[in-house]
Formats: sequence, C-alpha cells, structure tokens
Amino acid sequence: MAKYILRRLLWMIVIVLGTAFIIFTILYFTPGDPAQAMLGGVARPSEVANLRHTLGLDRPYLVQLGDFLYKSFIKLDFGNSWVFGVPVFDELMNRLPRTLIIGLSAMVLNLTFGLLLGIFAGTHESKWQDSATMGIAMVFISAPDFWVALMMIVLFAAKLGWLPAYGIGGPQYYIMPIICAALAGIAVNARQTRSSILEVFREDYVTTARSKGQAESAVVRKHMLPNALMPVITIIGVGFARIVAGAPVIESVFSIPGVGLYMLNAVSARDYPAIRGSVLFFALFTTVVMLIVDLVYAFVDPRIKAQFSNRR
Amino acid sequence: MITAESTSTGIKPEKIEKTSLLLETLQRMVKGPGARVGTVLFALIVLASVFAPLIAPYGPNEMDLKNMYATPSASHLLGTDGLGRDLLSRLLYGGRYSLSLGLSAAVFGAFVGVIIGSIAGYFGGKTETLIMRLMDIWSSLPGMLLCILISAALGAGFFFTVLALAVGAVPEAVRLIRAQILKERTKEYLEAAEAINCSKFSIMFRHLLPNVVSPILVMMTMGIGMTITMAAALSYIGLGVQPPTPEWGALLADGRSHILTYPHLIMFPGLTIAITVLAINLMGDGLRDALDPKLRS
Repeated sequence: MAKYILRRLLWMIVIVLGTAFIIFTILYFTPGDPAQAMLGGVARPSEVANLRHTLGLDRPYLVQLGDFLYKSFIKLDFGNSWVFGVPVFDELMNRLPRTLIIGLSAMVLNLTFGLLLGIFAGTHESKWQDSATMGIAMVFISAPDFWVALMMIVLFAAKLGWLPAYGIGGPQYYIMPIICAALAGIAVNARQTRSSILEVFREDYVTTARSKGQAESAVVRKHMLPNALMPVITIIGVGFARIVAGAPVIESVFSIPGVGLYMLNAVSARDYPAIRGSVLFFALFTTVVMLIVDLVYAFVDPRIKAQFSNRR
Repeated sequence: MITAESTSTGIKPEKIEKTSLLLETLQRMVKGPGARVGTVLFALIVLASVFAPLIAPYGPNEMDLKNMYATPSASHLLGTDGLGRDLLSRLLYGGRYSLSLGLSAAVFGAFVGVIIGSIAGYFGGKTETLIMRLMDIWSSLPGMLLCILISAALGAGFFFTVLALAVGAVPEAVRLIRAQILKERTKEYLEAAEAINCSKFSIMFRHLLPNVVSPILVMMTMGIGMTITMAAALSYIGLGVQPPTPEWGALLADGRSHILTYPHLIMFPGLTIAITVLAINLMGDGLRDALDPKLRS
C-alpha cells in the first residue's frame, strides 16, 4: 500500500509539472505582444522594448519556462500581476476562502442530496417516484447552470426580494451561488447512484439476504449500499472537477471576487502571471483531490488492494 | 433449397426481415417514451434552424427601433432586444451557430480521441502507457478551464471555439475507447484477422473499431449537448462566439446587463438551450439503452 501511495505521489508531481508546462506554452505562443497590449497602440517601440525587458519577455522560451517553473514550485511565487502589481499568490490566497466556501458546501449538497435521491429512485424502480426524480435530474443536467443562476436571481432577488442578487456580504450572499453550483452535480450523482443501486439489486447476495427473511430496509442498508456506493466514491473526484470548472462562470454571474472571477478578469486583461497562477492553482487543486479520491478508493476497495499486493 | 414452407412441423414460418443494424438500433431507441420525445424535439429544433429564413418572422439583424425592449406580444412573439431585434428570429438563426458548434466540436473531439485511443488500446505496452499518461496531464485541467485558456489564447470566433471545445473533449474519448478495446483485445476474431495477415491499420479500424463503436456514439451524442452548454458559457463570459452573432450564448451575454429590467432577454435563450440539450440527452439515454446488450431481449 505504501508503495502505491508513493507511486501515485510521484506521478502527481509529474502531472502538475506537465500541466504547468502546457499552461505556460499555450500562453507563450499566444499571438499578440502583451507588452504592446498593456501600453496601447500609441506607445513608442522603445517603450515597448523597455517593458518587454522589465517583464522578462525578451528572454528565450526555455529560460522563461525554467524561471516560471522554478519560481512557481520552489518558491511558491507566481509573480506579480502585471495589471495590479501585487503578488498573484497573495491575491489567490485572499480570494480562496470565498471559492472554497462555495465549492465545499456545494460538494456537501451534491453528496447528501445526490445519494439520497439516487437511493430513493433506485429503491422505487419503475414507479412514479423513480420517473419523477430522474425526470427532474435530467432537466437540471440539461439546463446550463449559469442560466439557472440568472433565473434564480430574477426570481429570488428581483421579484421576491428574499436574497441579494450579487456581491459578497453576510451568509445570505452565498445561498444562491452554492445552490447553483450544486444543482447539476446533485442530478449527476442521483443518476449514478440510482444505476449502481439497480446493478446490485440483481446480485445473488441480495437475493440471499432477502430469502433469509431480512427486512427490506436492512437489505438496502447492509447489503446493497456498501457495494453500490463503491463507484460513487469516484464521482466525488469528478464532482470536484465540475465545481472547480464551474467556479469562474458562477462567480462571474454572482460577482463574487473568488479565484474563478480573478482568472476571468486576468484573461480579459491579458495579465499573464495572473492567468498562469490561477489556472495552475485550479489544476493543482483538482489533481490533489483526484489523488485523495484514488487513495480512498484503493483503501476501501479490497480488490485494488489485493491487485497491488500480488504485484511482486 | 429448403424453404420454410417445406418443413412439416406446421409452425408458421417467421419471416426474416432484412434490417440494418442502424435501423434496428433506431427502432429500439424510439421505444422509450423519453427518447421518442427527445428525438422529435431535436428534429424540430434542427429543422427550425435549417429553415430559419422561411420561419423567422424577421431578419436576425433587422431593427425595429420603435419597439425596443418589447416584451412578448403578437408582433414579436418572444419580445425584442435593446436594438429592437426580434428575439424569436435571432434564436432561430442562432440555432444554426449553436447546433453546428456543438455538433462539430463533439464530432471532432471524438474523432481525434478515437484515433489516439485506438492506437493506445491496440498497441498496448509503452505506447499505451505514454498516451494514457499524456491524457492524465491533458485532463488535469477540468474541461471548462482548458477551454477558457485555449479560447483566451486563440481569441474569440466560431472556429477557435470549436477547436477549444474539441480539445477539451479528447481525453474522455481516449479513455473510453481504450477501455473498450482492452475488453476486446483478446477476442478470437482479432486473432483470426492477424492470422490472415491483415495490416495493423486494417485490424484497428476495420475489425476492432466497429465492435467498440456503440459507447462512442452514446458519448458523442451526450457530448453534443454538453458542448452546446459549454459554448454558451464561454460566450457568456465574453470568450467564444461574440455578439452580434446570434449564437445562443452570445444572446445571453447580450442580455445579461438587462437581467433585472428585461428578464425575457435571458429567459428565452436559456430556455432554448435547456430544451435542446434536454432533447439531446434524452436521445443519448435512449441510444445507450438501445445499444446496451444487457437490455436486449
């Protein structure tokens, strides 16, 4: 097991380095000169050249890449934002709590409601409860989450006036963003849980448990759920990735100054250190969560453990 | 020649119909009520977009300055925007952009994914390890972030958006097809193909691929819906397709500043996207059930 963990950790380092390389390279080969863009069209060529020199843009590709990797990973320094002049890392840390509050709460909602609805639908297979739950789930998978968010603003903020439309302040400002970030995930989880429940429904051990006269609730709790929930663990990772990916859009709809909105603003201002920093940050976050999920899965599923101990 | 009539058992001979696999699958697919509704809806939406010039009451950029921000009425069924352009007409024309965006990005992504995945799955060994590791890196950025990054780098516009969305869809396709091929790799027909000296290329694409194609079809169908949503999100945050192109996401981006005063500008484009994606997802679900050998009876 220790060997498995070690190997996964080493591999994670490679992934993160590879991602950093991709991010840097994509931006490096982006057409257009950021120095020119920052100074505007009227700048003299000498001014542009000066700025390029101060920003280090006149160095060769490999030198810049090496510098970026060294500073990001050894010194945890993502550089200074070109637009605001403050360190990107500090800015990310300042904004992180807001993104985390939304992400983690949405994740909790995802899991609890996703599992409950999935179990509910799965144990009522082909009855109206099942069709209704799955129908609603389908609607929320299909509707774009940012549009649902906009419609909620219209309803709860503009028409009813129950909740603030955007910005940050007290806890009430987070209610709509959290729900919007969670809705699609809940629907996906519910569908997944339902199908894995239906799969174990027909297993022999469930029939055995029923035939020995066990109460149906005990069959569900003791025999079906532990087996059905195994694949659900992997969804946690996917769910996190979904929430991370949705953060820029949700934060932009609700004007929440989190990491996602920072990234979007950086993209529109062509603030390269800020783009690199925030994207790398998201990638790091996702990779770590995926790693934890994989380890938990290996820990819970005896088959993976066995597979690994057999290998020499 | 033994015909069915010549048997003396008296059992009424079953007529063997010549049906193609495609037709059979389609028939099975529309059995479910959800898939049927989805297919009809999707067909209607596609037809409406294709024949937009015939159906649309106004041109997509035709301005009616006397009726700016009009709410839905008899002359403008879904109202008008800030320049007095008819929303219904813009939605109809916009369908052309949104649907072709979703379709081309999903197909393109799946195509590249299938090629890379087949190579990984069929050759195995070091090639496979290398490819799968690259895919791990490729997908360490959640799809939407990668799309944002790529569209930021490439710039806005239809083709760049297709490219950005397709790139994000590749790793999933690769993983899926590789997993399928791993299941097939030891089957006898492949051994037979190798024994009669088929080239690797021919084994991969003529023998192996047709046997693993069904999950890819399902993935691609679902992918179209997801891509439409992602394209809309990209346009909404100012990347992707730009106004005044009436792409559905761009319409949402157009209406975002008037959300509190003229919510119909946001409601109808979003509803259109939601219904379209819903139809596609219902179709995809039906297709999956139809192609699932476990459910065949």
